[in-house]
Amino acid sequence: MSRIIRPYGDTTGDGMVQLSFTLPVPHDKRAEGAALQLAAKMGLDGAMLVHAKAIGEGYTFFVVYGASTHLVNLDEVKVVEKDYPHLSPKEVNDAIRERLGRKLCVVGACIGTDAHTVGIDAILNIKGVAGEKGLEYYRELRVVNLGAQVAVPDLVNRAVDEEADAVLVSQVVTQKDAHLHNTREMAAAFREALPPGRRPLLVVGGPRFDEGAATELGVDRIFTRGTTPSDVASYLVHRLVTSREAAA
Amino acid sequence: MTAELPLDPAVVARARRLAAKAAQPVVDLARSHTTVSVERATLRLAGLTGADPDGIPWVNRLADAVQEQVGIEHGIALPVFHALKDFPDLDRLAHAAAADGVRFSLPSGPDAETARGHARAAVQHGFDRIDRSRSRRDELVAEIGDPPQRPWIYLIVATGDIYEDIPQAQAAARAGADVIAVIRSTGQSLLDYVPEGATREGFAGTYATGENFRLMRAALDETSREVGRYIRLTNYASGLCMPEIAALAGMHRLDMMLNDSMYGILFRDINPIRTFVDQRFSRQVHARAGIIINTGEDNYLTTADAVEAAHTVTVSQLLNERFAHEAGLPDPLLGLGHAFEINPEVPESFRLELAHALLARQLFPDAPLKWMPPTKHMTGDVFRGNLLDGFFNLAGVMTGQSILLVGMMTEAVVTPWLSDRDIALQNVRYVLNACAGLAEDFHPPRDGFIAGRANQVLGEAVDLLAKIVDDGLLNAIADGTFGIMKRPADGGRGLDGVAKRADDYWNPAAAELDRTSPDQDAAQKEAVR
Repeated sequence: MSRIIRPYGDTTGDGMVQLSFTLPVPHDKRAEGAALQLAAKMGLDGAMLVHAKAIGEGYTFFVVYGASTHLVNLDEVKVVEKDYPHLSPKEVNDAIRERLGRKLCVVGACIGTDAHTVGIDAILNIKGVAGEKGLEYYRELRVVNLGAQVAVPDLVNRAVDEEADAVLVSQVVTQKDAHLHNTREMAAAFREALPPGRRPLLVVGGPRFDEGAATELGVDRIFTRGTTPSDVASYLVHRLVTSREAAA
Repeated sequence: MTAELPLDPAVVARARRLAAKAAQPVVDLARSHTTVSVERATLRLAGLTGADPDGIPWVNRLADAVQEQVGIEHGIALPVFHALKDFPDLDRLAHAAAADGVRFSLPSGPDAETARGHARAAVQHGFDRIDRSRSRRDELVAEIGDPPQRPWIYLIVATGDIYEDIPQAQAAARAGADVIAVIRSTGQSLLDYVPEGATREGFAGTYATGENFRLMRAALDETSREVGRYIRLTNYASGLCMPEIAALAGMHRLDMMLNDSMYGILFRDINPIRTFVDQRFSRQVHARAGIIINTGEDNYLTTADAVEAAHTVTVSQLLNERFAHEAGLPDPLLGLGHAFEINPEVPESFRLELAHALLARQLFPDAPLKWMPPTKHMTGDVFRGNLLDGFFNLAGVMTGQSILLVGMMTEAVVTPWLSDRDIALQNVRYVLNACAGLAEDFHPPRDGFIAGRANQVLGEAVDLLAKIVDDGLLNAIADGTFGIMKRPADGGRGLDGVAKRADDYWNPAAAELDRTSPDQDAAQKEAVR
């Protein structure tokens, strides 16, 4: 099978994509021409302007279809492959009980000005997300959810007090790259407060993170859109139980 | 005319009685405590504005100085207006107090009487402004007119920059919005002061300030004339400063305020007592100002399951109604909230939504109910999101909702783009146009699924209310009854700003509000008699 691919409309190799955008000009012939020119510059061949509509004064909304002239080689696509086995809640609990012999402590928070607890709550609250129960449901996990707008020093202190094995931080607000600044600040604070062997595993999550940026941001793992509680639990067991054992 | 559900009036009456009983200990708590924010709101009504070079408002600097020297449990009006005898105005007094140059004390005898007189007169200026704003709104609505249709269409702007918000709000009004809400900067609810002046930077929203209120209201007055509808302006009286924000909103003629009795406790981890005390004062101000409050029941369903927890919405609506009535808010100012948040994968989810929406409509026939769009099950699939928003709009029209917050198919993806708003409004217009009168034809059978579900939710609500009466509302909140969040009464932010009122507590604003915003339920009973 070919490793070189193009988008698929209704025929293999047609390269068809759909695109919508707004241009800051009133709707007229010139605006439509501008939309088609933009589509061509974006690599669309034979672009068709299927919809154009004035929005307010001085803006026009467009829907464009066209054939992408770009190709993608699947062999050159870089992703963070899942490097740990996926476990059910029971397997997570069994692994912790049998191999760690105590409860594993997870401290979670939204840090900085971020008041959007939807991410951290989806992972931690017993209610969970997408039909999966959250980490509070796992008998062998002790979950401390600090909620929204926790100051980084408070998070560090609490993690130390609780002797946290892992710290989970959710960042939804991304204005002015707040999620990146906050994550770096948190990682630096933990590095400063604790020697390497005693630092909890640092895990951040949020819809706009780049999974590959963990090292750059100074954390152990980044989770993005679509992560479920069992993904996180499996990872925690992998890093804190299974691989520590293997190393010992 | 909307469909009528076969609800047992005795069960409805029992639900209200239980809500009143559950609310009473909290009302007593609110009446017997004060907070720094209530005291600062009193200074704002007395006309103190501005901030020090670090941006800390003078009301904070002055209130902090009094709190440190004599505490807030007597009310700060008396020590402040007694100290004012040595200063030309509150500004100069606040500057001196901030520089540690004023000794505050509680006057007695004739000194106290003099201070009381000055304080009453100063605070009355604030109430006069609120009263003038209210009459002005009435005049403008009479002159320009209300939106021709129900529900009113409610749209959000949130750029962070008030000067960017203004043209966006005006464009939204021209595109069909009847109500503009300026979302606040993330984190403002946890600031223990109200920022000052026009602001141009915020996170995912724009700071609520007196000046931002004034600028936006003035711009919307212009646009209201242009579009021939009075465009209402909404902001948030929530968080640690809700009494002050309410006072600013009243003086600057905001028209609606988000103002939930428990939201701050559950979702911002603000201390429960702080919240209930601040709540009562802010609701009294809203009653005085003729501001429609919007309660936040929709939020419970973003954390809890919308089917399993449907009755917690009803319970919260009944509690919010009781707290609002007690604070003097009549039904036409009671924008109780609810939301379209059932997982679309659940079988019969739309019928369940109709049942819940009709139940709210029928329990609160005279309240301008606020119908909130799906957020929890918006996945980033904007095509499916647009469909879901269409069903949300349809449910809103079929069940006679009063205020419809326009759903965005890009919810959970980006803050709404210009085109997102346009597409979303097109969706609303299509549904309103295609089925404006559908409510007339919609009569679910009395023994059908919808009626059965509504009765089931009402029954569960009554059971939960009974449990709350037994346990106490504060304990119920501590146990995670609402939205799954557990919030103990001695935890959360802002507890250090709460004080039990001393026997000699005196606050001219609180006294005026207690005088002019009578308990609506008591008034009604009186009228019946």
